[in-house]
Amino acid sequence: MAVVALVVFGLLRLTPGDPAAVIAGDYASPQDVAKIRASLGLDRPLHVQLGLWFGNLLRGDLGTSIFSGLPVTTLIRQRVEPTVALATLTMIVAIAIAVPLGVLAAWKQGSWIDRTVMVFAVSGFSMPVFWLGFLLVWVFAMQLGWLPVQGYSPLSRGLWPFLRQLILPALTLGFVYMALITRMTRASMLTVLREDYIRTAYAKGLPPPAVLLRHALKNAGLPVLTIIGVGVAILIGGVVVTESVFALPGIGRLTVDAILRRDYPVIQAVILIVSGVYVLINLTIDLLYVVLDPRIRY
Amino acid sequence: MARLSRRNFLIGAGAALGALQGAPFVHAQKRGGTIRIIPIADLKVLDPIWTTAYVTRDHAYLVYDTLFASDASLQIKPQMVDKYSASRDHMKWSFTLRDGLKFHDGQPVTAEDCVVSLQRWGQKDSLGKLLMAATGKLAASDRKTFTLDLKEPFGAVLDALGKPSSNVPFIMPARLAATDANEQIKDVIGSGPYRFVKAEWQPGDQVVYERFADYVPRNEAPSGAAGGKRANVDRVIARYIPDAATASAALEKGEVDWWDNPPVDFSTRLEKNPNVTVFVKNPGGIQGWVRPNHLFPPFNNKKARQALLHMVDQDLYLQAVVGNPKYYRTCPSYYMCGLPTETAAGAPGKPNLERARQLMKESGYDGKPIVLLDAADNPSLHGSALVTRELLSRIGVNVDLQAQDWASVIARRGKKDPPQAGGWNLMMATWISPDVMTPAVNAGLSGGCDKAWFGWYCSEQMESLRREWIRATDPAKRRQIADQVQTLAYDEVPYVPWGQYTQPTAYRKNVKGVLTFPASLYWNVSVEA
Repeated sequence: MAVVALVVFGLLRLTPGDPAAVIAGDYASPQDVAKIRASLGLDRPLHVQLGLWFGNLLRGDLGTSIFSGLPVTTLIRQRVEPTVALATLTMIVAIAIAVPLGVLAAWKQGSWIDRTVMVFAVSGFSMPVFWLGFLLVWVFAMQLGWLPVQGYSPLSRGLWPFLRQLILPALTLGFVYMALITRMTRASMLTVLREDYIRTAYAKGLPPPAVLLRHALKNAGLPVLTIIGVGVAILIGGVVVTESVFALPGIGRLTVDAILRRDYPVIQAVILIVSGVYVLINLTIDLLYVVLDPRIRY
Repeated sequence: MARLSRRNFLIGAGAALGALQGAPFVHAQKRGGTIRIIPIADLKVLDPIWTTAYVTRDHAYLVYDTLFASDASLQIKPQMVDKYSASRDHMKWSFTLRDGLKFHDGQPVTAEDCVVSLQRWGQKDSLGKLLMAATGKLAASDRKTFTLDLKEPFGAVLDALGKPSSNVPFIMPARLAATDANEQIKDVIGSGPYRFVKAEWQPGDQVVYERFADYVPRNEAPSGAAGGKRANVDRVIARYIPDAATASAALEKGEVDWWDNPPVDFSTRLEKNPNVTVFVKNPGGIQGWVRPNHLFPPFNNKKARQALLHMVDQDLYLQAVVGNPKYYRTCPSYYMCGLPTETAAGAPGKPNLERARQLMKESGYDGKPIVLLDAADNPSLHGSALVTRELLSRIGVNVDLQAQDWASVIARRGKKDPPQAGGWNLMMATWISPDVMTPAVNAGLSGGCDKAWFGWYCSEQMESLRREWIRATDPAKRRQIADQVQTLAYDEVPYVPWGQYTQPTAYRKNVKGVLTFPASLYWNVSVEA
């Protein structure tokens, strides 16, 4: 994490841009910009700024937004719920749809079912998230009027308003993810279905659902689990676009806004936290390997 | 495409004022409810003196009040001030506040609050700095009255105190206004018609305001930022939607009531929606600039800048950037057209690329690439930069178009390094009418060298004329000086205006009472069921 912090700090300072100029606005004089820069401490040597930031980090202080003057922790707290809700719902929708589709496609390899599922998967890879988002808005919000165009309703205001706002964003974001998991499940299942123990299971007279789910899927699960972990990175990238298209006040938009304005403390804090979450998720997946496959030892 | 003539503007403004004078609607309008707005940008900075950002200015118009205000035709009218007087020589002024003015924390507004607020504003705003430089003494004489004693003539006292756009001299409690002008205030306490609800503020997403029950509006009908500010709705919720397509869909579906700043591309579609009104609330509009850097060749040579003047074809820029002729016009006035200060003094004839090519040669241009800054994430600036590149290439200039995001461009424009070492030669800018309409407020005309706006135009003759305009109190004399300023500008070319266009706003048909003004004002508005 220290390396991530150092790299983020360095990259931001190398990037052109000046938060003082953004604050001062389009019409401020060069002198006003310089005064604001000094008042924010941005005219201090880089090593001094880095030292101050690391010192604050060690005390658990992520800093204060240069623009709003609010603590970064407050800004992140305001934005966590929509992003976590969107990511969780996306994962649930994606896994719930993609794994059965992948299993089905493998079981019926070469059939029209398999081909239909693969068309679906290729479409998922091919469609840009923002395009799919606008398409879904046009159909389900504008034409049919079933769902809202944009916005977020916290869970505290009720389950249905909460879900209603998240259905389209979760479908949009989940589509790519579904495509990825479907293909990986199918490929992994195809390998497993050729194993001798599967033939043995069928020979014992087990029905196909029992063979597929209890014997094949469990053994095909490791690569699928890996891709779910890797997919978190895709999810994080997709969240940024999806939150913008559906005007969800989440971490993705917070990050983009901060980058566009060069709000250094916010960018640094968000990237550190996202990196930490990414590491944690992959650690969890590594630990789950042991549960799924007792032969694995660390 | 002179669709918006000065006469039409004045007739329109007059008609609007006439309609307002009758004022029956003021009482007939529905009260209560909430209006949901998509603002011009997300509100990140709350201090309207610390920043010149328009979204902060619009926020401040709701929360704070002003001593004077500009009406729909940009005439200055008293707002918080009840009575004011000036000595015959306009060197001594006295201002008395209206009765019943209160801040949102319940404290009365005092003359001391006004003095401290003006002093802070006077450290940041360009016109405010000029006023403070001419001021001998600014002090409260009692709780409701303060005086301004000038040490040198200043003809724009009321223009400064009623300045309609950034930085607007908003009045804050003295304890907050005492904050260093280069630091942001820590609390938002104003005396305006709406109260900022800090607990519901989510920077980058949502800002909420509630009606301030103790606000005492003036008796006059509202006009622009002047007149009675009646808070008809209980709550104003401003939620920023970054994507224009989403914002458009949200307005059409009725999820929001008012989209403040739709791109012109979207206005054509919105105009066809029977539930939506598309309205130009600032008929004065926006002026586009090609701004040269006066520090380095070739544009440190007047002939090269004059080449730009002959090169710029406003029709071409406006077609590319705006597209819909309903929303643009060509204009020869540095102070913009359709406004009382409009003039054609010194304006050159039609664009002449041959003449531009010849002037470039005469300037000694050596063929080195010109660094043209392109804010690729800002449609107006990006479009105008692309047209500039094309025209420059037609007059034989090599162009190094450097596309960056807006934040990078505004940082880079402050660099005085040579263009090939991180500096620049040309940049684009856009300004709304109140920011360019006089020689005093038009930052591009400042010839203050190091102290001038980015590009660092340097002209003692221009500075002398601008000082003369500021000192003049006779309107006819001011008009004459403004003409001289423009004639000199067309000779020295501090920048080249590339046209004038308007920015429509769009709201649902059930929204009533939207005011004509360069800033977004949310009082007087009601939402019918």
